Amino acid sequence: MNNVYLRNSVRFILLILLQVLVLDNINFRGYLNPYIYIMFILLLPFETPDWFILVSSFLVGFGVDLFSNTMGMHTAASVFIGFCRPGVLRFISSTRDYEQGMTPSIRDLGISWFLKYSIIIVLLHHIVFFYLEVFSFHEFFYTFWRVIISTIFTVIFIVIGQYLFYKKK
Amino acid sequence: MRQLFRFLFKYYFFFLFVLLEVFAFIMIANNNYYQGGRMLNTANQLTGSIYQSYNNIFDYFNLKETNRQLAAENALLHAQNENSYVKITNKLFKVQDTTYKQQYQYVDAKVISSSTGKRNNYLMLNKGFEQGVRNDMAVVSPIGIVGIVNGVSNNFCSVMSLLHSEMKITAKIKKNNYLGTVVWEGGSYKTGTLLDIPSHVVISKGDTVITSGHSLDFPEGIPIGTVSYFKINQGDNTYKINITFFTDYKKLDYVYIVRNLFKEEQLKMKGVQHE
Repeated sequence: MNNVYLRNSVRFILLILLQVLVLDNINFRGYLNPYIYIMFILLLPFETPDWFILVSSFLVGFGVDLFSNTMGMHTAASVFIGFCRPGVLRFISSTRDYEQGMTPSIRDLGISWFLKYSIIIVLLHHIVFFYLEVFSFHEFFYTFWRVIISTIFTVIFIVIGQYLFYKKK
Repeated sequence: MRQLFRFLFKYYFFFLFVLLEVFAFIMIANNNYYQGGRMLNTANQLTGSIYQSYNNIFDYFNLKETNRQLAAENALLHAQNENSYVKITNKLFKVQDTTYKQQYQYVDAKVISSSTGKRNNYLMLNKGFEQGVRNDMAVVSPIGIVGIVNGVSNNFCSVMSLLHSEMKITAKIKKNNYLGTVVWEGGSYKTGTLLDIPSHVVISKGDTVITSGHSLDFPEGIPIGTVSYFKINQGDNTYKINITFFTDYKKLDYVYIVRNLFKEEQLKMKGVQHE
């Protein structure tokens, strides 16, 4: 049990640092920003209480905001997906039963399930974040394009991250 | 009362969500104005010092490029030195009876964090209030324009980069002095747009665009970019001009913060004009 807390706390810190020190520097062609820190919210175990998901989404968003001059925007977007997560999980129920100690990851539930899950969550996050950042519908389609492209990019990064750091059972 | 508590408890998840979102929006509202006199939250000491130590490591990788830029700038300054000029006519002596007074001072600073991929981009520099940096000061690099200071803490400052939707720089075409406005319309961090140049002006690809000196913050003649594409807008007799920035916002390392010593006086005269 301790192990779960420790693993998630370490992931929390590492993902924020990875986000602000490395990934914020690789935006490609001006609109590709992967936001991999939301992987933290994606991978919280199934039995995490709802309120804890919201509070920790708030904290992880706030942590990234502190560093990237976007006070409140990452926070708003990640609290929003923290709110959506239980609903999305119900919506895309897996054929496998959720067992005690499972996490919503590739290792436990397979790649196709995880892709569905992460694309929905990442898309929701990016829509909120990018429109908050621009704060107008003035450049609606340009922003929408950035949302789509960045979503693809973020999901790719998250999947690669999963394969890199998780051993097969 | 108990009913109320039961109601709140039943839907606590939703209320907690609303509460946290309200916090987030309060933060957005308080911290994301474009030009404010208050200290920017981001430029605080903690994040500043983490970026600083990160930079101390990565400095070494850029040494070569930085040296090259500094050497190039030194060469330029040497070339402008009086000793580099030879009198070519000895027949006429002109007594130049002008005394100079310094208008601009430069503070060197190092970029410790920056972004180019967002619609509104900022940089953070390692100089702050204690080093004499104030809001609205111009920031330039050895090869071109960078942005304007929009938040200052004791030892760091935040700079609104030219790559920002609220940024407008009055500029002119170097060869004929026509005035226009440089903005960034998103997309590539290498290209900006020059607006308001009337269509009768003759321009060509490769023309240099520089700051006009009409703003209170930027000295005249800071290079901005070169014309890379132009066409005449149908209907309003102005050009649509794309320019390629001289400054590579991804590789910024050392920059100068410019202090205009006459700004107060100029502001006072502006006030008179508006009365």
